[in-house]
Amino acid sequence: MPEPLAWQISTVTAIRAETPEVSSFTLKLPSWRAHRAGQHYDVRLTALDGYQAQRSYSIASPPSRTGEVDLTIEKIADGEVSPYFHDTLQVGDRVEVRGPIGGYFVWEPALGGPLLLVAGGSGVVPLMAMLRERAAADAKPPAVLLHSSRTFEDVIYRDELATLADGDAGLRVIQTLTRSQPPGWTGYDRRIDRPMLAEAIAAAGASPLVYICGPTLLVEAAANGLVELGVPPAQVRTERFGPTS
Amino acid sequence: MLRVDMTDRFISRGFVGRAKDAGDKAGRVPPGQYLTEGFPVLSAGPTPQVPLESWEFTVTGLVKAPVRWSWREFTALPSRDWTVDISCVTKWTKLDTRWNGVSLDDVLAAVEIDPRARFVTAQSYGGYTTNLPLTDLLNNQAFVAWQYDGAPLEPAHGGPARLVVPHLYLWKSAKWVRGLQLREDDEPGFWESLGYHNRGDPWREERYSGD
Amino acid sequence: MDDPLVLDANAVAGDLAELFGFEMTAAGHRCAHCGNVGQMGTLLAWTQGPGITLRCCICRDVVLRIVRTPARTLIDVSGAAYIEVRRG
Repeated sequence: MPEPLAWQISTVTAIRAETPEVSSFTLKLPSWRAHRAGQHYDVRLTALDGYQAQRSYSIASPPSRTGEVDLTIEKIADGEVSPYFHDTLQVGDRVEVRGPIGGYFVWEPALGGPLLLVAGGSGVVPLMAMLRERAAADAKPPAVLLHSSRTFEDVIYRDELATLADGDAGLRVIQTLTRSQPPGWTGYDRRIDRPMLAEAIAAAGASPLVYICGPTLLVEAAANGLVELGVPPAQVRTERFGPTS
Repeated sequence: MLRVDMTDRFISRGFVGRAKDAGDKAGRVPPGQYLTEGFPVLSAGPTPQVPLESWEFTVTGLVKAPVRWSWREFTALPSRDWTVDISCVTKWTKLDTRWNGVSLDDVLAAVEIDPRARFVTAQSYGGYTTNLPLTDLLNNQAFVAWQYDGAPLEPAHGGPARLVVPHLYLWKSAKWVRGLQLREDDEPGFWESLGYHNRGDPWREERYSGD
Repeated sequence: MDDPLVLDANAVAGDLAELFGFEMTAAGHRCAHCGNVGQMGTLLAWTQGPGITLRCCICRDVVLRIVRTPARTLIDVSGAAYIEVRRG
């Protein structure tokens, strides 16, 4: 049994903008422990007067990168913790974290597939960790990512996903942009609905392992839709982000 | 007795947290609270969906005869506007919230209360309960509201109707209230039975029991 | 159930691990109300409130409640007929 989690002080070694509202923060950990794709770290901020705020952020990086993790975080305008990451935190600052956490919403190659991943906005982060893990594995099960974003500029990991899909016939990425689309856009242009889910199931193949992550309402609609389309509920795992996306 | 601070807290550079400065309203903000402009939604479970045709409010327990009102009957009780400050134990306070509803004095006037009755358990659709001394509900200290800010009370904030007891922490203001049970003994409710203070006076910072 | 506040038990996985000493979302449980058996990760979590409430995904009744005061953590497990953790 692993030892109980403890809070540790990490150091920010890199900050990279992914989209206008989303950045990835590399944290070097004094007590790094190999994580599994889908797990997260809890982050805790403490003000001088003792006031504390705590949030969970999914790990984006694969466990093969030892000693550090990437957390990809979207700036929520009226949030408490994400604005601190985007507006105040600098390389060299330290952040209190606890993890890796999670035993339910995790995937590793030994679990097999096919994989059907459904992401809304920054819900793509833990699913990207799964796809990065899958890319490094010898045996790659077929995988489909159904990815919903607001605009082209908001698509997190856009280029990396395109590169992964180009080089791998077993990976299919279905994109939908719900707010606006660039000229020549060939993907979907509306919220995830039944026909999109049906296409994703058809692309994934029989009896997929399903992971859905994003805003609560999107997750519920997708989970209900997939179960209605015949996916056994026990194979559907969800991670709701709450009311904000 | 020597008290030692066991935790060497790590302070996050430049983190300030929620604004604490209440300015000229400071005297109206109970200790340890901060002012909010918004109206945070807190819950312990799914929002009940109660059709008005089946909604009812009851007063039961130590009364000569229990009473039941339908929605139409209950909202025909004498109602008035209320402007009150509310404080949630999670540290936010909102000033000058505007409601419309019926005073508990008028609700309880419809029953003959047994003299042994000293406590009340407020019961809600969805199963939530909270307990209060009967005296905290009398003399215009509490009301049942079905309007907030001039509009029908939204389900997220406790609609169709909720209890409002502004002089105690907001967990006592049971959302989706469906009735009151008058009792001789005190029955700790949903949060009172798991570490929260039995009475909850924000001005005495009665947040927890036994800390 | 379109309640935008609800999260999965994942969201409190860190708090559960701190309380129990093990990673709990993969742990099994049986709902004391409806008898549903499943992983604790399937529980629905309401975290915005005086405490955390975890409810059965089938019957929606309360399985676990957690309250954190400055000095203590209290956990009510009466809604779980049992909790099961695999060793090793």
